[in-house]
Amino acid sequence: MKSLEELRELRKKVEKEIKMRKDNSAPKIIIGMGTCGIAAGAREILQAVMEEINKRDLDVEVSQTGCIGMCEKEPLMDVKLPGKDRITYGNLKKEDVKRIIVNHIINTNVVAELVIARLEE
Amino acid sequence: MKEKIYRSHVLICTGTGCVSSGSKNIKHELQDELADNNLLDEIKIVETGCHGFCEKGPIMIVYPEGVFYCQLKKEDVQEIVQEHLLKGRIVDRLLFKEPLTEESIPSYKDIDFYKKQHRIALANCGKIDPESIEEYIANNGYEAAGKALTEMTPAEIIEEVKSSGLRGRGGGGFPTGLKWEFAYKQDSDKKYVICNADEGDPGAFMDRSILEGDPHKIIEGMIICGYAIGADEGYVYVRAEYPLAIKRLQKAISNAEELGLLGDNIFSSGFNFKLNIKKGAGAFVCGEETALMASIEGKRGMPNPRPPYPAEKGLWGKPTNINNVESYANIPHIIAKGAEKFSSIGTENSKGTKVFALTGKIKNTGLVEVPMGTTLREVVFDIGGGLTEGKKFKAIQTGGPSGGCIPSNYLDLPIDYDSLLEVGAMMGSGGMVVMDDSTCMVDVARFFLSFTQSESCGKCTPCREGTKRMLEILNRICQGEGEQGDILLLEEFGHHIKETALCGLGQSAPNPVLSTIKYFKKEYESHIYDKRCPAGVCSELSAAFVINKEECVGCGQCVKVCPVDAVIRDKEENYSIDDNLCISCGACAQKCPVDAIKQG
Amino acid sequence: MDKINLTIDNKDIKVPPGTTLLKAAEKAGIDVPSLCYHPDLTIHGACRVCVIENLKDNSLLASCVTPVQNGMELSTRSMKARKARRRNVKLLLANHPNDCLGCDRNGSCELQDITHNLGICREDIEEIQGEVRKVPRDQVGPALKRDPNKCILCGRCVRVCEEVQGVSALQFSNRGFDSIVTTAFDLPQSEINCANCGQCATVCPVGAITEVSEIKNVWEALEDDNLHVVCQTAPSIQATIGEEFGYKAGTVVTGKLIAALDKLGFDRVFSTEFTADLTIMEEGAEFLQRITKNENLPHITSCCPGWVKYAEHNYPELLNHLSSAKSPQQMFSALSKTYYAEKEGLDPEKIYTVSIMPCTAKKFEKEREEINASQSKDTDAVLTTRELARMIKEVGIKFEMLEDKEYDILMGKHTGAGTIFGTTGGVAEAAVRTVKEKLTGEPLNRLDLGFKGINKAEVVINDKIIRVAIVNGLKNAEKILKEVKKGQSNYDFVEIMACPHGCVGGGGQPLPVDEKTKELRGNSLSHTDRQSVVRRSHKNPMIEKLYSEYLKEPNGSKSHQLLHTSYKKRAKN
Repeated sequence: MKSLEELRELRKKVEKEIKMRKDNSAPKIIIGMGTCGIAAGAREILQAVMEEINKRDLDVEVSQTGCIGMCEKEPLMDVKLPGKDRITYGNLKKEDVKRIIVNHIINTNVVAELVIARLEE
Repeated sequence: MKEKIYRSHVLICTGTGCVSSGSKNIKHELQDELADNNLLDEIKIVETGCHGFCEKGPIMIVYPEGVFYCQLKKEDVQEIVQEHLLKGRIVDRLLFKEPLTEESIPSYKDIDFYKKQHRIALANCGKIDPESIEEYIANNGYEAAGKALTEMTPAEIIEEVKSSGLRGRGGGGFPTGLKWEFAYKQDSDKKYVICNADEGDPGAFMDRSILEGDPHKIIEGMIICGYAIGADEGYVYVRAEYPLAIKRLQKAISNAEELGLLGDNIFSSGFNFKLNIKKGAGAFVCGEETALMASIEGKRGMPNPRPPYPAEKGLWGKPTNINNVESYANIPHIIAKGAEKFSSIGTENSKGTKVFALTGKIKNTGLVEVPMGTTLREVVFDIGGGLTEGKKFKAIQTGGPSGGCIPSNYLDLPIDYDSLLEVGAMMGSGGMVVMDDSTCMVDVARFFLSFTQSESCGKCTPCREGTKRMLEILNRICQGEGEQGDILLLEEFGHHIKETALCGLGQSAPNPVLSTIKYFKKEYESHIYDKRCPAGVCSELSAAFVINKEECVGCGQCVKVCPVDAVIRDKEENYSIDDNLCISCGACAQKCPVDAIKQG
Repeated sequence: MDKINLTIDNKDIKVPPGTTLLKAAEKAGIDVPSLCYHPDLTIHGACRVCVIENLKDNSLLASCVTPVQNGMELSTRSMKARKARRRNVKLLLANHPNDCLGCDRNGSCELQDITHNLGICREDIEEIQGEVRKVPRDQVGPALKRDPNKCILCGRCVRVCEEVQGVSALQFSNRGFDSIVTTAFDLPQSEINCANCGQCATVCPVGAITEVSEIKNVWEALEDDNLHVVCQTAPSIQATIGEEFGYKAGTVVTGKLIAALDKLGFDRVFSTEFTADLTIMEEGAEFLQRITKNENLPHITSCCPGWVKYAEHNYPELLNHLSSAKSPQQMFSALSKTYYAEKEGLDPEKIYTVSIMPCTAKKFEKEREEINASQSKDTDAVLTTRELARMIKEVGIKFEMLEDKEYDILMGKHTGAGTIFGTTGGVAEAAVRTVKEKLTGEPLNRLDLGFKGINKAEVVINDKIIRVAIVNGLKNAEKILKEVKKGQSNYDFVEIMACPHGCVGGGGQPLPVDEKTKELRGNSLSHTDRQSVVRRSHKNPMIEKLYSEYLKEPNGSKSHQLLHTSYKKRAKN
């Protein structure tokens, strides 16, 4: 270890690794994983999300939730940016995931045509 | 190197406590389950060090939600995977339930046991993979060492440690900064830094937990100390009974060496530091610093008189700084966050936090780290959840085998070094044993003294011979052969040993006896004059147990557990106890499923 | 550095920094009792008998280990200090056999003295008595015996064996109340790497380590009319036995010693100094040969049986450096049963040889199998200085009233060279004197070698420089031997004595003893040497007679049969 800078450089590389174990302000993606959701393809959505995040090396917290009562709209996915409203997207297809991540997570533009609900901050 | 991002981390405690309750099996099961469900790419398993709540082990925490599952069995793993990891549904039945409210608490942070704690030394324990230097660095690890070596002078570091108010966490409570300063001021071609990890108090395991759960923190603390006092070599003296701690420390040292955090010219500062592990054979007295150094040198672990202090003439005659694990674990925090932040916690003369090993007749047992000045009541009732079923608090014993017993009227005592000494106990390394009204205080004193007696190194007369005579008197009292004058004799011996013994072990060995005489003299008197043990513990002085025939269901379990075959079954299948044979051990009453056996 | 001011028992004193309270109290005229403290050893601080009170905070301080500080106010005699001291002595006594009557150290026991001075009586001890240590005794012998039940764990034997001798034959074992001082694996002391030097016995404050007594055997021989009992006294005895009878250390009482032995009934009283001269002849000849042939150098002396055994255990590869000459004791005994028997017309079987030695290792030496030359056991009994004094006291001989006598002539005549065998450097000096004169015809001036540790000298003999090293104390020997082993030594002649100061500091000498006493004893032997008319061994007329009438020549065949021996490798444990 040659310098403090070198250490900090290394830390930057590794800290994402454990970020989820801290209280953090990363964007959150919550996927509905009730039986209805899974039946409608929530697993594929989840896998697509993980793929995208990994590809783009994003700092995003992904979690799941059970059935929220809108079974006909499944698969459902919520995106919550810090300080912003929680947006619920529904009737998703695998292809939508990339759009949501690029537009909403990276560029903070809500993908309006996929939104089915908005929970105010 | 790009780290893969997972959507969930499942932390499984692989500290010694959880491993012995089966956490390795849980981990393997989880691995298989994840593989079966194709989740290995999404979910990462992390083996961590101890969470402190060993009683509830095996422990698992699922992130990002931070859900705390405890007392897991292999069969539970499938449910966690199917419900929680796949569907996001928390498995309620596996959550921790607060003993007072019976309420299930999903989040780790909301459990009373953790909520009231303030973790500095234990901050990373249970939260990172101790075998990964990257996870340590990700948590700001080695930042303090980097700061110290590149931005601070040794004198500034010592000043910082001094003004933090940190005192030795191994028992003595000597100001750490002053100790460092003594060693720093010595002029010598060679100096040493030693970490005392010879944790010997029965029931205390904070040092082990830190070494197992966060070994890099100790290394970092020692690097900072070495730089501050001008030492280029260090030893961690750890007992051989801690194989996991040794293994993880070894790995941590070699990882730190690989990254150049140990070795030559660390942070290009010109400072070199080498770290060795020395395994101790487990003699209690080797926790005493001069005995510990003798042991490293390959001699019999026997204390030597001080002065000369280790700072003047320590290991191999060279100036040496010796602190214990928990003390070093506080150093990175002090250097990184500043002395002021550290000293904002605690009492006037005892700053920061202290880790206690909470055990005894209490609902939640385990390792707890609390700010100095927390009251005994908060520790026992808020964190510890109060006493077990229907029992009354009687005393708390602090400071390990040579600590003292504190009665209930001191429950509101704020815990710090000085307050504990004032009431005849001590901080020690932080053992805390809660006793209820079924505890005999004479027996307790005898128990602790027999430990220190057999662990005495045998060097000085008062400790070797004096504690033996005290123990003989206590044995006599417990066997109903106590005589008038015994209490006085015990007190005389006790004070004599405290005043003339060579080392801290001897000087504190009489504490359990003196403090129980001070607060529970009546119990001694009952033993000696009434030939009665009020708690019903000392078998010679306790009434025999009796079976209530009305309530007895005739299951016969009492027969099996009685160690002296005192339970008799007659032809009519009636059970009774022969009071001539009964030694009042209470095993039958404990076993009886219908509470039909009581002490008569 | 500035002196430290403090008050002890209301007396103001000034001492240099670093002085211990015990030493400071001495300066104030107070002898603080102590047991684990010994002036020649590192401080240990274990017995806690020397506690004194710090009047400023009423704490108790172990005076042997606590250094002085400016402004201290101390009391060695406060109620608190006296009580604590008494209690620690009582604690020791409560775990002690207290059978003074049967103890070798009855009368010279430090614990007994303190008990007496503190006025502790049996009732005081009974009040606290409980379990008492009960472990087996080591009485295998032949040199030393141990009774761990008497041990008070002061650790002086452990320290002397480690710090002075570098042997570490004795160590603490077990913990707590079960602690004892013992050998590795509890083996008998005779079966381990122990030199039998007996330094442990000289520092033991009680009777836990003592020599195996042979007094009874000697009395029986003296009473047996069929036996002709011949005795030899080692050179150092004359300078030490006086202490047993109230003389100041270093008083030479040769005449009274001979008279006492005569009174005890020995048929002949001879001096080992005679065979010390003989040793010089034999060893000198051997050394001359080696130096001429340049082989097995350095030549190392072999008259000290402690050193010889140490070498056999630890440096078997150097045994060819040792002189093959027997020790003076063994030469003497061999000659007693051959030469002397022949001269006096006695049946060797009827001769009983007793040697008075400063040494416990000599008791072992006489048992060596390879040592017997006279067809039977050469030396029948070895008495230490202490044992002899006891025999003299037993029969009530008033030592100071004895009229001086002289040694019997045949094997009693000796030179100053023989005398200084009793102190360190003596053997080397005596050998070099003889060698130099043989080669050059010039007498040698005194080498004037000091008494402590390692000394070196160079002697020029016919343009050749002879490098001599003189070592006492086995730990010092280790340093030289390591050099020899590595081939880094340039010495020609090395004298090694196991005991510090040589035989005057031997394990069988009067007690108590410390460096100062040893120095006084050694000085007086050198003085006796200087006063001798004949100072070179080969000028001893009786030695000349021995060679012309019996041995013929040094290192000749007769000599080899009677006066030379061999050594064997022993286990290192």
